[in-house]
Amino acid sequence: MRYAIGLRIGPASFRVGSAWEAPIAQLARLYRDYPAPEDGIADFTVRLEPAKPWRRFVRPSVFITGDHGLADAAPMALAHGLLAAEMGMNLQMALGWRRHLLLHASCVEKDGRALVMTGESGSGKSTLAALLGERGWRLMGDEFALLDLVTGEVFAFPRLISLKNAAIAVMEAEVEAGRFGPLLKATAKGGIRHLVPRGDAVARMNEGAVPALLLFPRFGFTPEVRGVGQGEVFMRLTQASTNYTALGEAGFLALSRFVGEVPAWAIDFSSGDEAIALVERLWGDVA
Amino acid sequence: MGGCCVSAMLLIRALRDPDSIASLSGDAWNGLIAAARAERLIGTLAFRLEGIAVPDAVLPILDDARAEAARERALTLWEADRARVALAHLGVPVVLLKGTAYAAAGLSAGRGRFIGDLDILVPRDALDDVEAALLAAGWEWVKPDPYDDAYYRQWMHELPPLIHRERDRMIDVHHTILPLTARQTPDAAAMLADSVMLEDGLRVLSAEDRICHAAAHMLADGDLAGGLRNLWDIDCLLAELPEGAQLQERAARHGLRAHVRQAVRLAAHVYGAGAALRVADRMIVARLLARNGWGQETRKILRFGFYLRSHWLRMPPGMLARHLFTKWRKGHRPG
Repeated sequence: MRYAIGLRIGPASFRVGSAWEAPIAQLARLYRDYPAPEDGIADFTVRLEPAKPWRRFVRPSVFITGDHGLADAAPMALAHGLLAAEMGMNLQMALGWRRHLLLHASCVEKDGRALVMTGESGSGKSTLAALLGERGWRLMGDEFALLDLVTGEVFAFPRLISLKNAAIAVMEAEVEAGRFGPLLKATAKGGIRHLVPRGDAVARMNEGAVPALLLFPRFGFTPEVRGVGQGEVFMRLTQASTNYTALGEAGFLALSRFVGEVPAWAIDFSSGDEAIALVERLWGDVA
Repeated sequence: MGGCCVSAMLLIRALRDPDSIASLSGDAWNGLIAAARAERLIGTLAFRLEGIAVPDAVLPILDDARAEAARERALTLWEADRARVALAHLGVPVVLLKGTAYAAAGLSAGRGRFIGDLDILVPRDALDDVEAALLAAGWEWVKPDPYDDAYYRQWMHELPPLIHRERDRMIDVHHTILPLTARQTPDAAAMLADSVMLEDGLRVLSAEDRICHAAAHMLADGDLAGGLRNLWDIDCLLAELPEGAQLQERAARHGLRAHVRQAVRLAAHVYGAGAALRVADRMIVARLLARNGWGQETRKILRFGFYLRSHWLRMPPGMLARHLFTKWRKGHRPG
């Protein structure tokens, strides 16, 4: 591949190759404080290839693949190349990672204990984690929480935070301009802008935390807190995990332990400040 | 050889001689791992490198690959067992083929091997009963296209693939080992008759027939995608051929003498002590090596040539033209 970069995010390392310079240059800028893969050897290869040979030049079109890929993945415009690279790395994790139980969740830490938030796309879990990450918590990740199969600790995957639509303005009001990537307009999920996590999230990305609270956030509703039974929590987390089935018994045991030990609540909110107030209150009960 | 196939060469060298990895650079490791994943040989490689000193960053990658292979093996054997139970009342021989057979029979080709689908061979006159029994036990059709379905039933050596609705695993039910349109006509009845029973009542092909099947699968059918793995299978099977085995005679009986001889030459060249290659062999080797340091396919024209050849092998020209036209109209494009 003409252009390439190696980088490490938490316990996982990647080499990303591209037929075009722009996505790699953007990764190099936004991930400049992240370490390189140990010994230069990456866990996963990501490739950004022209969808057809001529599509490198004519209406450039990026096909995302790598060690693991989806044959029917829709190609993306080169203007969204940074998003393509991020999706490529997520794809490797979702399909190939086996060293932890992967939960599709955001995660923040305080005093060695972790708050895990999971929900559908648009639930606000990513924005909430980004906000908390600016207000005294360590951001562990906005996409995946990595549950250790033996110790039950949660580990971080603090890639760039992917802000969508209204969340972009919320975070622009909170964070200095230099930590943002370019605004990607009209992607499949609307407008997207990437945010570099704070320095502590990167510097401490190898540190695990004991999971202390699980929340199912839901943005756009009157503030409310509801209990969620363990059976439902278990089922929802199996659906939120991309490798639960692949891990077999080890995945079942890790998830059972997590569900048995971590209190869970569903929270509704209509603004970031409401959400943070609810989170701090529930955190106060378990801390 | 250039950048087009360095990582495929590294992969071959690592499989032949695991100690050869001692001096690899970080970048060479990346290429080796990407090529091994792309060729679905990462599990095999991980077992070959077990116990050999590798850089720290490589250890967990190989551990993962071994764990994945173990899981794959367990799922495969369970799937074979489910098929056994579903078909037991029919009283017909059920012969496991390819990866599942290697795993069930404890053969070296099965160590770390990616398996995927379950392939079985049953007598042709039992095909309708087998199909009905599998449908009754929860398998379902995956090919919704009537042309494909009719094509399978009229011309292929297997039923259209079935997938189990709860376990999401695919089964290919064969009644012989090559498409009916191929020029060779292997003696499937003899393969069934000489198959070997395992402890649980399932069967595997005889040592000779396993090689005949692997050679036919690689060289008389298909476009050599996955060829490095198929050839690794053949190399392992040859090494475990018992004393006094009659491989050439058996191959001749199936009309596969030339294919088996070619497979033996290729295995010796790529994974063994070497062999005198013919021109056609060299073309195949060039195709097998078409993988670069990013795990990408290279040598597009050569690949396309082998794609065309696979259809040429499979059916007579008039039929081929009709088939390709029908598939093209349905939007299928090679590559």
